[in-house]
Amino acid sequence: MLMSMNAETKSSATTWQRHREARDARIEAGSRLARGKIVDARDATRLMEAVIRPGDRVCLEGDNQKQADLLSSALLAVDLAKVNNLHMVQSGVVLPEHLDLFDRGIAKKLDFAYSGPQSARIAGMLFGGKIELGAVHTYLELFARYFIDLTPHVALIVAASADRDGNLYTGPNTEDTPTVVEATAFKDGVVIAQVNEIVDKVPRVDIPADRVHFIVRSEKPFFVEPLFTRDPAAITEGQILTAMLAIKGIYAPYGVQRLNHGIGYSTAAIELLLPTYGEKLGLKGKIANHFALNPHPALIPAIESGWVQQIHSFGSEVGMDEYIRARSDIYFTGPDGSLRSNRAFCQVAGLYACDMFIGSTLQIDLQGNSSTITTSRIAGFGGAPNMGADARGRRHPSEPWLKAGAEADPESSALLRRGRKLVVQIGETFGDKNVPLFVEKLDALVLAEKLNLELAPIMIYGDDVTHIVTEEGVANLLLCRNVQDREQAIRGVAGYTEVGLLCRNVQDREQAIRGVAGYTEVGRGRDRNMVERLRQRGVIRRPEDLGINPLDADRSMLAARSIKDLVRWSSGLYAPPSKFRNW
Amino acid sequence: MEDLSFQHRARERAGGTRQTAIIGVVASGNLEVLVERILPNAECRLEIKTAAAGFGEVWNAVIVDFVERYSPGGLKFSINDGGARPDTVSLRLAQAVRLIEEDGQ
Amino acid sequence: MTAPLKHAVQLPAERVRTISFNEASARTRVGLLLDAGSFVEFIGPEKREVSPHLKIFDLPEQFDDGIVVGRGRLDATPVFVAAQEGRFMGGAFGEVHGAKLTGLLRAAREIKSMPVLILLDTGGVRLQEANAGELAIAEIMRAVMEARTAGVKVIGLIGGRSGCYGGGGLIAGCCSALAVSETGRIAVSGPEVIETNRGFEEFDSRDRALVWRTMGGKHRRLLGAADVFTDDTVQGFRDAALELLGLVGAFGGDKLKAEQVRLADRIRRFGTCEDAVDIWAAEGIAHAESVPDLPADQFISLANKIGRTSRDAR
Repeated sequence: MLMSMNAETKSSATTWQRHREARDARIEAGSRLARGKIVDARDATRLMEAVIRPGDRVCLEGDNQKQADLLSSALLAVDLAKVNNLHMVQSGVVLPEHLDLFDRGIAKKLDFAYSGPQSARIAGMLFGGKIELGAVHTYLELFARYFIDLTPHVALIVAASADRDGNLYTGPNTEDTPTVVEATAFKDGVVIAQVNEIVDKVPRVDIPADRVHFIVRSEKPFFVEPLFTRDPAAITEGQILTAMLAIKGIYAPYGVQRLNHGIGYSTAAIELLLPTYGEKLGLKGKIANHFALNPHPALIPAIESGWVQQIHSFGSEVGMDEYIRARSDIYFTGPDGSLRSNRAFCQVAGLYACDMFIGSTLQIDLQGNSSTITTSRIAGFGGAPNMGADARGRRHPSEPWLKAGAEADPESSALLRRGRKLVVQIGETFGDKNVPLFVEKLDALVLAEKLNLELAPIMIYGDDVTHIVTEEGVANLLLCRNVQDREQAIRGVAGYTEVGLLCRNVQDREQAIRGVAGYTEVGRGRDRNMVERLRQRGVIRRPEDLGINPLDADRSMLAARSIKDLVRWSSGLYAPPSKFRNW
Repeated sequence: MEDLSFQHRARERAGGTRQTAIIGVVASGNLEVLVERILPNAECRLEIKTAAAGFGEVWNAVIVDFVERYSPGGLKFSINDGGARPDTVSLRLAQAVRLIEEDGQ
Repeated sequence: MTAPLKHAVQLPAERVRTISFNEASARTRVGLLLDAGSFVEFIGPEKREVSPHLKIFDLPEQFDDGIVVGRGRLDATPVFVAAQEGRFMGGAFGEVHGAKLTGLLRAAREIKSMPVLILLDTGGVRLQEANAGELAIAEIMRAVMEARTAGVKVIGLIGGRSGCYGGGGLIAGCCSALAVSETGRIAVSGPEVIETNRGFEEFDSRDRALVWRTMGGKHRRLLGAADVFTDDTVQGFRDAALELLGLVGAFGGDKLKAEQVRLADRIRRFGTCEDAVDIWAAEGIAHAESVPDLPADQFISLANKIGRTSRDAR
């Protein structure tokens, strides 16, 4: 007999709005401490105890730059009987308090994307079992999961100011906040905002009031640090040479107009070479005019020289506010005049609307896989994997994309041949303390074995990498036909590292690319035939093949040679933070 | 500190008339190269005092390439190294040769 | 026919006087400051007069022990010159380094007719050669005074990355006159030492704006501790040196007494000021807090208007 579903037999207690009811109860509990939405800073911990339940998923901002530091400290002080076993879901693990939560037992599980300043401590805590790791993500991946299976119950966010209704101004460092709030507020979560000040009217509404439930004013302005300021005085001749190679060997021939730069000195050198070397090559207007990029001070000379049309940013950068205001033709700004950044959208832009990513890393193996992980530090992924990955969902063509696709796959029919995003790894063959960039086996693999991870933490996969640039030249992996090709191409630019030298031991493989890769073995004798063949195919191009004399790579080529120069270029609008001053 | 010494035959004498030249500064990641035109035309010597011990093989490889590329015949190179990377070493050696190949005293 | 790479087509830009003095090496500064090709080095690197002490500490030596000394011409005027390499051990004084400068000053004392330009770029005395270094400072100060007594003008040029600290600051105080650029700093105790000894509230060494307000070139110029301010180019220092050579007068007891009066007046007027900005405001400078951001030419006009220099003292 069929069981029939009888409406009356359904429990009348069943409701499909349980989460909403729970949220309303949390808000009610918290409201006892509030006047309207405003809660005094001294009551912040009690607010947490009222609003957060054991086992909750909590997003604590935790962005790349800005930190909800008051709310972090308040959460750290909760009564463990009331708040415990939290599942933290946050982009950045940056403040010591973020990890203290785990030490205290307030938090148990973690899903995150980036942990730069805490990379050593977090590694220790993961190894020691103090943190149950969900997964390490990229920013965009974590944002995506906020909407599917990691939606926060409570979001502890940070903004510049609020009005009494709860409208928030997040200002230049808007970063992750709209994304976090969207997921939390519209899935029955509670949003608590830390602000620098409460005003009658916010300069612009970044977060509408009906998504914000509580506001706590902090005496001290929220923590934010300059992360993208690279002192031109620190740029070396080696970095200038690799910058020249990148501009002439990649930007120019592919005609790269839409791009994302990483944050290291190698790309800062490129930014500073556009108005000089780029100008000399006649490339203005032809390359590097649309950027997914934070407001790098090093790009100021190129902007002032008319190279740049438009920049969308993930976040802001300390000291750049006035310059950005005065250059609204270039940057995204609100009606108030200040920068509007948005990490989620900028990540998407880097993925789909850019034709090239170029950045540096700590280690590259013979397949081109790269990683910033060492056995004692876990820094996470941040956004680089989104930038440095071919976006297979892309459909619109562009010249660089099609050209790269044709190089990768010359045999197939053009109509069915997708393009490829240019993903370029740039660096000097030896890094700090003479540690080689090129290795046979990544530390990330060693770590994965040690921690029993399912996947080794690879930042950029070799099959996404299209080019490698070192002071020895440019290796074009698109032109490599097989695994051995790729290995030899990488050895060919790996300088005097062991990887480069060992090339010599490879028997008659067609593609013994060496010479760019390394000089560590005694009695190194280059296989000239192999290198010659590769050079003929253009798989490896040395500086002289590109018409570049390494002796010409000197600091006079930089459009700005000091932070003060950048200030001058900006007509005094750029105000560098104290630690960069020498005047 | 480690002392290293290399001797090579060069294809031909280094050009120019200068007798000595010096480039670079001894600091972390940097080196000074003093070059003197005091050897027979086809000979070349490098005497190195380096703060980074254990990189003899790298020095050898760098120098082999340098001698091959620049043919610094007749030149003695004396180097004080503060632990520079191989590409910086190559650059300084090339800069030193460029300097001494100028005309002058 | 040599390989194409051997002859770089363009001259390195380190051949032009408009380059940054701060960034240039000691040798480059000397080579460009003086009339082209006029420099003759004494005890050059090929003499290999290296420090006898550094080996004990397993530290690398430099062939010139971090100081270049010799003679040349400045706009046809014969001069002695010494330039410290600020990037070698922070430009610090060691036994040989100090002896080279002492020797140069004593030669100047004997010859009497040639001024001495000292390009100071130093953190003070090398810890590894402490006693020898301290002795050297004392010997150099004495040699400066003896040279001046013999009628020699001793001009200090300060604008390197290490600044002019410790014993270097003392030597600077003995010079006939000083030229300084914005990045230059002149003091005896360094920022970290002050913070360690007096606390963070007294002096936050990481507040670089504070460091430069207190010890930097602009403040030294406004205070009268330095006589001429120049922008950070070799040309600027060359012009400053020429200007000072023209201005420095005879040396004697009266001059020393005038210097005492100047210093007494200075501490009387500014002794209770908490920050350099207060001193500048007391000097009648409008918008004193904006002084650090003034471009060089505007700052120079401002400084000249105040007129508080020590040209009639020292």
